[in-house]
Amino acid sequence: MSLRLDGVSVDLAGRRIVSGINLTVGDGQFVGLLGPNGSGKSTILKAIYRVHRPSAGRVLVDGADLLALKPKDAAQRVAVVAQEPVSEFDFTVREIVMIGRIPHQQAFSRDTEDDHAIVDGAMERTGCGHLAHRSFNTLSGGEKQLALIARALAQGADHLVLDEPTNHLDISHQVAILELVAGLGVSVLAALHDLSLAALFCGAVHVLAGGQIVAGGPPSAVITPATIRAAYGADVLVIEHPDTGTPHLIPRRIQPKTP
Amino acid sequence: MHPDDRAPARAARRRDRTPLPVVLAACTVLLLITMTAGVGIGSVALSPGAVWQVIAGHLSGHAENTVAGTIVWQIRLPRVLLAAVVGAALTTAGTVVQVMVRNALADPFLLGVSSGASVGATAVLLLGAFASLGVWAISVGSVLGAVVAMAAVFLVSRRGRQLAPTQLILCGVVLSAMFESVTSYLIFRGNPQATQSVLFWLMGSFGLASWNQLPIPAIALAAVMIYRLGQGRALNALAMGAEPAASLGVDVARLRRNLFFATSLLAGVAVAVSGVIGFVGLVVPHIVRLMVGSDHRRVLPVGVVFGAWFMVVGDLLARTIVAPQEMPIGVITAFIGAPTLIVLIRRRPYAYGTTS
Repeated sequence: MSLRLDGVSVDLAGRRIVSGINLTVGDGQFVGLLGPNGSGKSTILKAIYRVHRPSAGRVLVDGADLLALKPKDAAQRVAVVAQEPVSEFDFTVREIVMIGRIPHQQAFSRDTEDDHAIVDGAMERTGCGHLAHRSFNTLSGGEKQLALIARALAQGADHLVLDEPTNHLDISHQVAILELVAGLGVSVLAALHDLSLAALFCGAVHVLAGGQIVAGGPPSAVITPATIRAAYGADVLVIEHPDTGTPHLIPRRIQPKTP
Repeated sequence: MHPDDRAPARAARRRDRTPLPVVLAACTVLLLITMTAGVGIGSVALSPGAVWQVIAGHLSGHAENTVAGTIVWQIRLPRVLLAAVVGAALTTAGTVVQVMVRNALADPFLLGVSSGASVGATAVLLLGAFASLGVWAISVGSVLGAVVAMAAVFLVSRRGRQLAPTQLILCGVVLSAMFESVTSYLIFRGNPQATQSVLFWLMGSFGLASWNQLPIPAIALAAVMIYRLGQGRALNALAMGAEPAASLGVDVARLRRNLFFATSLLAGVAVAVSGVIGFVGLVVPHIVRLMVGSDHRRVLPVGVVFGAWFMVVGDLLARTIVAPQEMPIGVITAFIGAPTLIVLIRRRPYAYGTTS
């Protein structure tokens, strides 16, 4: 189980958005993709889940070129939890999770007992079983995220791609979601905004700026005031997390507060 | 999960939604009752028994040549059947186009089909185009118009390999307006008597229904339905958004193209045999979703039966409310459909401005 980006570049409307991206997510590893808004995090993830076609380089899943795979086979290997636009259509949580079984199903087949068991199992693992019959549109942000992770689990893929999974969530749900993802035992590549949280959960992080990776490695080596200043243009203090020893960011004001 | 644990899980699932066969059976019974009423009610009233006797007689090849027999078999039955087929076709087309552009307010005529068909039919009625084709002239004219409009919308809204929903909606609306202006111009130039028949056609009617009008829309409906039912899951994925669908292994660009052509085919054929009947393709899919949820493996089959029922009721009202005159059915469907839609919009939190 591995996911590797080998010199991936993506052009959109004739403009190069990201270029020469090399990164590897090893078996069961949790890798964070960091960087300021517009640095190309989502673009890289979309190249992995086939929304964008790389203009150069390759995306390799377990050594196989992702673009050479049939879409269904690719979907059996890589599942995605993206930032979901609001749906106009009223699905129950269980129906949403069942949609994750699509790559394993034939056009006219019925949902099998296995499908049902896998869907129930996925909802149980993510702790959204009690929401099964609720309408997805009525859920809170955290509950929606649980349902979407359950859908990705039902997809049965060994690789999970997440685009800012903790966006708009409160602190308890942020930690709960990342703890859940980290405990799934699959290889994870996640675009994250909160650097301290990323440091807490990721085995490795890559920092993007202007469409290129400017730093990569274990969080303690990468998340430094110098890197943050270079990538984000922000002044921060970095301290050690008392529990884990991982780097923790403290933001500073641009204008010193006058007493 | 242990096999023994599955029984309660299965029971819980059953509580989730009414099983599809039950819903389908109930709707079918309702449809059959309404169709029987549709054939029985009219200037000469016939009992349900008499209606079915005639039908049974024809089906078994022992048709008796009676007045009731002629009324049922030659006049009312083809009309009711055509209404049912067109209702089913418009509902199916509407359901799919709403997913295709991820907009709950989309309807099958959004793709320009109806306005293109109107130009064709108006040209036939006012300018005498295709006069050599006799009774088929209007159908041929409207199908040609629909195809031209559809091709125009498709080519204009295409960006690379993609049919982007927002582009599709905008191009559909703009080109529809353009075709409508051509229709208006033809009406403006035409003679007043012919204009009357154009206006009647534009509002839709099953008044000219005959047996030989039935096969084409019925076959188109059957073919598209079989294809669509196979795509039920892909439609569910697409309802989640284009990107989630892609991540689930759905070829979104291809699916949208196929849906575009299938929808245009259904709507074009429906318009050719019955004129422009609005609101059915917009409202009925919503009513069906309220009944059975959004899973398209349920919405599509139920929509066929329920859409057929809705149109048979509409046609029955259209020819009885102001009898012996006949109202255009578009008046009825809009009159029922518009308030229904307003109730639905106010009841449910619709979201606009989705990007994919």
